[in-house]
Amino acid sequence: MSIVTAPPQGAAADPSTLRTSPLAPISWRAPIIYGVLALLTFVAFGVLPAGGRFTTFTFSTGTDLFAIAPVRVPSKSAAIALTLIALAVAVLSFVTTRLRRRIGPWLPALFGVVEVAALLTWAVAGKSNPLPVTGLLAGSLFLATPLVFGSLSGLLCERSGIINIAIEGQLLAGAFLAAVVGTLTQNAYVGLIAAPIAGVLVALLLILFSIRYRVDQIIVGVVLNVLVVGVTSYLFSTVMKDNAATWNSPPRLATLSIPILAKIPILGPVLFQQNVLVYLMYVVVAVLQIMLFRSRWGLRMRSVGEHPLAADTVGIKVNRTRIRNTMLGGAVAGLGGAFFTVAAGLAFGKEMTGGKGYIALAAMILGRWSPKGALAAALLFGFSDNLQVVLGIIGTPIPSQIMLMTPYAVTIFAVAGLVGRVRAPASEGIPYVK
Amino acid sequence: MSDNAPAPAAAPVPAVPPSAEPPEPSRGETLLREMLSSSWVVTTLAIVLALVISGVLIAAADSTVQSTATYLFARPSDFFSAAWHAVTSAYVALFQGSILDTGAPTFVRAIKPLTETMTVSVPIILAGLGLGIGFRAGMFNIGAQGQIILGAVFGGYIGFAFDLPVGLHVLLAAIGAAIGGGLWAGIAGFLKARTGANEVIVTIMLNNIAVYLIGYLLTTSAFQRPGSNNPISPPIKATALYPHLLGSQFRLHAGFLVAIAATVFVWWLMDRSTIGFRFRAVGANSKAARTAGISVNTNYIWVMVIAGALAGLAGSAQVLGTEKVLSIDVAASFGFDAITVALLGRSKPLGTFLAGLLFGALRAGGFAMQARTGTPIDIVLVVQSLIVLFIAAPPLVRSVFRLSSGSSRRSTRSVKEAAA
Repeated sequence: MSIVTAPPQGAAADPSTLRTSPLAPISWRAPIIYGVLALLTFVAFGVLPAGGRFTTFTFSTGTDLFAIAPVRVPSKSAAIALTLIALAVAVLSFVTTRLRRRIGPWLPALFGVVEVAALLTWAVAGKSNPLPVTGLLAGSLFLATPLVFGSLSGLLCERSGIINIAIEGQLLAGAFLAAVVGTLTQNAYVGLIAAPIAGVLVALLLILFSIRYRVDQIIVGVVLNVLVVGVTSYLFSTVMKDNAATWNSPPRLATLSIPILAKIPILGPVLFQQNVLVYLMYVVVAVLQIMLFRSRWGLRMRSVGEHPLAADTVGIKVNRTRIRNTMLGGAVAGLGGAFFTVAAGLAFGKEMTGGKGYIALAAMILGRWSPKGALAAALLFGFSDNLQVVLGIIGTPIPSQIMLMTPYAVTIFAVAGLVGRVRAPASEGIPYVK
Repeated sequence: MSDNAPAPAAAPVPAVPPSAEPPEPSRGETLLREMLSSSWVVTTLAIVLALVISGVLIAAADSTVQSTATYLFARPSDFFSAAWHAVTSAYVALFQGSILDTGAPTFVRAIKPLTETMTVSVPIILAGLGLGIGFRAGMFNIGAQGQIILGAVFGGYIGFAFDLPVGLHVLLAAIGAAIGGGLWAGIAGFLKARTGANEVIVTIMLNNIAVYLIGYLLTTSAFQRPGSNNPISPPIKATALYPHLLGSQFRLHAGFLVAIAATVFVWWLMDRSTIGFRFRAVGANSKAARTAGISVNTNYIWVMVIAGALAGLAGSAQVLGTEKVLSIDVAASFGFDAITVALLGRSKPLGTFLAGLLFGALRAGGFAMQARTGTPIDIVLVVQSLIVLFIAAPPLVRSVFRLSSGSSRRSTRSVKEAAA
C-alpha cells in the first residue's frame, strides 16, 4: 500500500509525447500561480487601501553591537512597490518557463518574502505599535523547532522504508517524559536527555508491529498516536494534575547567548540567542544533510528504502538498518517533544502537541524528504504560527481564524501547485521478508 | 487478513480484497466459516488483552493501590484486593454506562445507556464507512474530522436559517450536510487527480482549515446566535431535527437508521456495483486498473466525494440529532475515532458498523466510568488503540495466549503470500 506515494502518472503519458516532440510539454502552473497571487495582492494591499498611513518596522533588540533605526514607510506606496516586485517575479518565471530554463529555489523564496512583506505592510498600516521584525523571526525559529525535529524523524524512518505517522505520539511522549524527569530532578537538561528515551519507546512499538508482525505501518502509526495520547492524558489526569509540584512543574531551559555572534543585529537575536535545543537543531540538520547524501551510512539507508532486495544482495542487513533508523528517528522526535515542556517552560498538558506531528509530516513531504527542505518547510510553518501571535498583539484587520488557517491553505497550494507530484522512497511501507 | 478464503488463483497478488477472489463459496458457508474461524477468537482475545493491560494502568493510578503497595510484602492480600476492586469497579461502571445499568430503579433508566451507546456510535459509524471506502480504494483519507465539520455547517445552516415543512426540511438538511462533506473531501480528491497532491497532507490541512473556518463562521452574523457572544448558532428548527426513535426520554434519533441504511448502501456499492469494483481495482493495483481502462483519476475524485458525503452525514447526525445546535466542537473527535474504527472493521461495512458500536459503547461508558469511579475517560483511548493493535497482529495475540499453531497456520501462510 504505497499510500504516501503519488502514482507515477507521468510515466504512462511520456512515451507518446516523446514520439511527437523531443521536449516535454511546458508546465505553466507555477507562472500562473505567481501571476494570480501577485495581481491579487497588488489590488488588495496596494490599490484598494486608503493612502496616508504609515507602517513602522523595528529591527533592534537592545543587545546589538549597533542599533538599526526603525524603518517608517508610507503603507500604500510600499505595498505597491513590493507587489510590483512580486509581479516582476511572475513575469520572470513566465519568461524562464517559456525558455525552458530552470531557476533555483531563490525565485519562490524571493516571491514569498516580498508577498509576506506586502502583507505585513498592509496589516500593520496606521497602527501605533511598530512591527518587531527581529522578534517575529526569532519566535518563528523557536516555534519551528519541534516541527524540524519531527520532520527529521519522519525522514530518517521513511528514507529507510518505514512510514512513521507516529511522530505526533513521539513528540507527545517526549514532552511528557521531559516534564516528569525535569520536575523530579529539578533540572531542565536532565529532562531534555530523558525526552529521546520516550520517543525511542514509541519507536520500539512501531518496530515491533511493523517489522516483526508486518502490520500496515500507517495503521500502526495512527493507532500509536492514539495510544500515547491516551496513556499520557490518563497519567496526567490521575497523577500529575493534583500533584503538579511533584510531577509537573519542569524548569525552563536557559537561553544561552553565544558570545559576539549574538550581538550581530537581526541575525544575532534570531539565531544565537536561543536555548540549547535550538542549537542542537542546527547540528542535527547539518549532520543529517551531509550524512544522508555523502556518507556510507546514508547511502545504505537510502538503498534500503528504495530497493531493499538489491541492498540485501550486496550484504546490507535490511531490517537491522530499518530498526536502527526507526529508533534514531524516535529519539530525534522525542527530543523535539522536549520543546513543548522544558524548552517552552510550560507544564505538561493533555494533547499539548496539538497536531504538530502531522504538520511535521507535511513539512517532511513538502521538503521532499531532505533535511534542508524539511527545515525550510518547518520554518514556513513556524513563521505563520508566530505571525499570527505577533499580529494578534498589534491588532490587524484580518480575523484571527483566517490568519490561523493561512499556513494550511498555503501548504495545500504548495503541495498541489508548486510541489506537484513528489516521490517518496520507493519501498516505504512495504515490509521486507527474505 | 487471516480470514482470506484459500484461493490459489489469487496467491501471488498481495492485499487483494478477499471478495475479489473468483471461487466464492456460498454466502452461508462463508459466514459460518468466518464465525468459527480464528479471526473471531483473535478479536475477542484482543479485546480481553487490551482490557487487561488497561486494567494494570487503572490499578497503578489508584491511590488505594499505591498506598497498599508500600507494604506489599507485609500483607500482599491488601494490595491485590485493592487492585482488583479498582479495576472491576471501573469496568463495571463502563459496562453499566454503555450497555445496561443494572442498578437503575426503572426499566427506562436501565436501558438508557444502550441507547446512548447507539446515539454516540452514529457519527463514528458513518464517518468510518466513508474512510473504509477510501482505504479499500487505496486513498488514505485522514480528513473525516473536517468533512464532519463542513457537513455540520451545511446541514446546520439549512436547519436553522430556513422555514420548511416537516419531513422536507430534515431531508434537505441531511442532503445539504452530505453535499458539504462531499465538497470538502472532493477538494482533496480533485487535487490528487489533477496535480497528484498527496491526499494525506491535503486532508490533514483541510481538517485544520475546517476547524478555523467553523470558528470564523460562528462569529459572523449569518451563523452566530443573535444576542450571544459565544460562538454558537441559533438552535436547529424542530422541523429539521431527526425524529426521536424511542420517545423523547432517550436521545436516540433517526440518525441511527441513516447509519444502518448507509452500511447497507456501502456494502452494495463496494461489493455489488460496478463503481465499487472500480474503486477496489484501483486500490488493489492502480496501474493494472489503468491498463484495464479504468479512469484512475475520476475514481480518486468519486472515492473522496462519497467518503466525504458519508462523513457529512455524520455531521448531520451531530447537529440535527444529538447536539441540536452548531458549535465549535460539534465534531468532537469523531473524525479521528472513525480512522481507528475503519481500521478495526477492516474497512468492511459490517465490520465498521460493529466496530463503531464498540467505540460508541466505550465512549458512552467512559463518561459514566469517569463520573462514578473517577477513572479518567482517557483510559478509553488506551483500550481502543490496544484493541486495534492486537487485532492487527494476530500472531502476537496467539503467542500471548499460547494458542496452538494449528489455528494460526492459515494466517502465517497469508502473511507469506502477502510478502511474496
